[in-house]
Amino acid sequence: MKTLLNILSAALLLACALPAQAALNVFACEPEWAALVQELAGDKASVYAATNALQDPHRVDARPSLIAKARRAQLVVCTGAELETAWLPVILREAGNPDVAPGKPGYFEAASQVAMREVPSRLDRAEGDIHPFGNPHIQLDARNFLPIAQALTQRLAALDPANAATYRARLDTFSQKWREALLRWEKQAAPLKGVAIVVQHKAFPYLEAWLGMKEVAALEPKPGMEPSAAYLSQLVGQLQQHPAKMILRAGYQSPKSSDWLAERTQLKIVTLSFSVGGSDAAKDLFGLFDDTLARLLAGLK
Amino acid sequence: MKFAPSCIAMALALAMPVSALAADEADLRAIREQIAALKAQYEQRISQLEQRLQQAEEKAASRPVAAAESAPIAAPAIIQTAPASSEGTFNPGMSLILSGTYGQMRQDPAIPVTGFAMNANNPNATQGFSLKESELGISANIDPRFRGTATLALAPAGGVTVENAYVDALALGSGLNLRFGRFFSGLGYLNEQHAHAWDFVDQPLVYRTLWDNQLGEDGLQARWLAPTDMYIELGGEIGRGRSFPGTDRQNRNGTGAGVIFAHIGDEIGTDHNWRAGASLHETKRIDAVSTGVPDLWGTPGGVTDQFSGNSRTYGLDFVWKYAPNGNSSLTNLKLQAEYFRRKQNGLLTYNFGMPGAVTDGYAVTQSGWYLQSVWQFMPHWRVGLRYDQLDPGNASVGALNTANVIANYGFTPKRTTAMLDYSPSEFSRVRLQAARDQSRQGLSDTQIFLQYVMSLGAHGAHKF
Repeated sequence: MKTLLNILSAALLLACALPAQAALNVFACEPEWAALVQELAGDKASVYAATNALQDPHRVDARPSLIAKARRAQLVVCTGAELETAWLPVILREAGNPDVAPGKPGYFEAASQVAMREVPSRLDRAEGDIHPFGNPHIQLDARNFLPIAQALTQRLAALDPANAATYRARLDTFSQKWREALLRWEKQAAPLKGVAIVVQHKAFPYLEAWLGMKEVAALEPKPGMEPSAAYLSQLVGQLQQHPAKMILRAGYQSPKSSDWLAERTQLKIVTLSFSVGGSDAAKDLFGLFDDTLARLLAGLK
Repeated sequence: MKFAPSCIAMALALAMPVSALAADEADLRAIREQIAALKAQYEQRISQLEQRLQQAEEKAASRPVAAAESAPIAAPAIIQTAPASSEGTFNPGMSLILSGTYGQMRQDPAIPVTGFAMNANNPNATQGFSLKESELGISANIDPRFRGTATLALAPAGGVTVENAYVDALALGSGLNLRFGRFFSGLGYLNEQHAHAWDFVDQPLVYRTLWDNQLGEDGLQARWLAPTDMYIELGGEIGRGRSFPGTDRQNRNGTGAGVIFAHIGDEIGTDHNWRAGASLHETKRIDAVSTGVPDLWGTPGGVTDQFSGNSRTYGLDFVWKYAPNGNSSLTNLKLQAEYFRRKQNGLLTYNFGMPGAVTDGYAVTQSGWYLQSVWQFMPHWRVGLRYDQLDPGNASVGALNTANVIANYGFTPKRTTAMLDYSPSEFSRVRLQAARDQSRQGLSDTQIFLQYVMSLGAHGAHKF
């Protein structure tokens, strides 16, 4: 008991001795939002990314380190739309930090700023791991970053009014650069229009909508379910009749079923970075889409 | 929605203080003008909204084509914004866990672990087909300050027990969390986990004998998280001492049990995460009656003993998780171990309630530990191995009872368990488990279980 009290008082002392944080503490659920905050806030924010691009954002452990980071966060930036429903609620509750609770200014959901795709018309677990608010992988449509950046800037300015001018200036710079990049990417992506693709997990509807690719099949019979051998061989038959060009998968997914299919159908596998940090080239948001397009175009050849 | 402006006008009129009625014509005209302006403004906004809705619907209808041919630079039109996540409208999140087993064993699982006849002994195992408790969970935010959670266990034989029913205070801030009601104690690592999240069919022997599988409490829990980069959590609980080793303090004021615990944890790179903890539990056992306790005379079926005294338990727990690149949905490894050591001292009445009952001092230190590892070797498939061991201790028995009460059983209960489980989705799991059980002297057994655990409805996030 005495030792515990000692630890307690030591920890309290430590807490008081900590210098007042100059930069805004931001907890980003996924690396793409960490990168966006970095673009908009520069050195005005200290950003922690809870996951990396090689992790399945649906399934993350509510790790002690995440709870500790959320405890000190002034802003939590997540995709929302229930992508993080298996881990974020417990982290936010355990953290004892009501400033970042859902509904508070310190909690920002990117999905609320964009048009959601694949909003299920039938809500039933028999449909697999579906998301009632629509497919949450919104970060692969580069156009989505403009409205999200705008809303996020407003939030940053509201939370840290002293630096509001900096955030707005950086938003202008970012939006300008992003619009130019969008023109470039969309020009580059012209050959991808109408290209038939197979996806491993239904993680790419935003990318498909942006670049005009056509998803003809998914390797998971239902979202989150492993394909059976029978389903895969049926897929082989289907792809012989209606051929596709490539199989898309994210780096965090098991390569097994897509490798199997690629072997039998001569389809090219394109492993996308999926988020910032997913490959060496995807160092920042611009790099992410440069790399994504380079990989897709290589898949065409 | 069209009614809104006139509603507002009416509400405004009603809200006018009586003195307004006496106001002169000019004032009234001004108010009328204001209301008219308000009305016009609302109607304009409504028609704008309707127009936007119509546009959105048109866009949504033509989306499959439009998406492919959309103008290059325009950001996608807002077709349907996702509302901020909530647990359904105002209905609480509901979940139901269905679980059942088939058990194959030679010995009666109800026979207590040797040396622990005065402890709890619920093996959570049945021979043949059996339904496990169905767990009904209900939770929701109550208001901006509180969140309520209830878990009701529907017993297979009928009847409902309240497993958890607690309220969390959400708005304290500064890393403070307060919980009150009925909850699983925060001591150790496994104690807070619900049965459906266990990695094996049953709890480790040390939990079975020292905590009656899970220590539940009616009381108050406070936890504080340090504002450090490393996870440091300190917590304490006070309660009535509802479950074993407490004796459910009845008809008394004050508290019957207390717990303090500390947890620290961190990540090492992206691949490793760990948490370690220490806990201390104290309670008073009052008039605790145990039946079927073996004695030195070898009384068939044992005798009934009664114990009153202090119980103090120290615990250590450790868990380490490894996942390549931190991507635990592909492969991951979990290693966990816990150790508990309980000191009890007080008065023991041998052959309680019978003529010739003898009361004298009794003190014993019991301990136990387990080490287990679970490995997800490919998505959806896991194997696990667990080793359990207990030490019944060497009791110091008062002089009057040295010829009656067994002080030293000279036996170390142990068990080795292996399991394989398959989870087709996050919501379903089937498991095969085999155990070599040597927890009862002379009654070693091989126990085989088949189990299913299914979860319906809203399923909350799990702790680390």
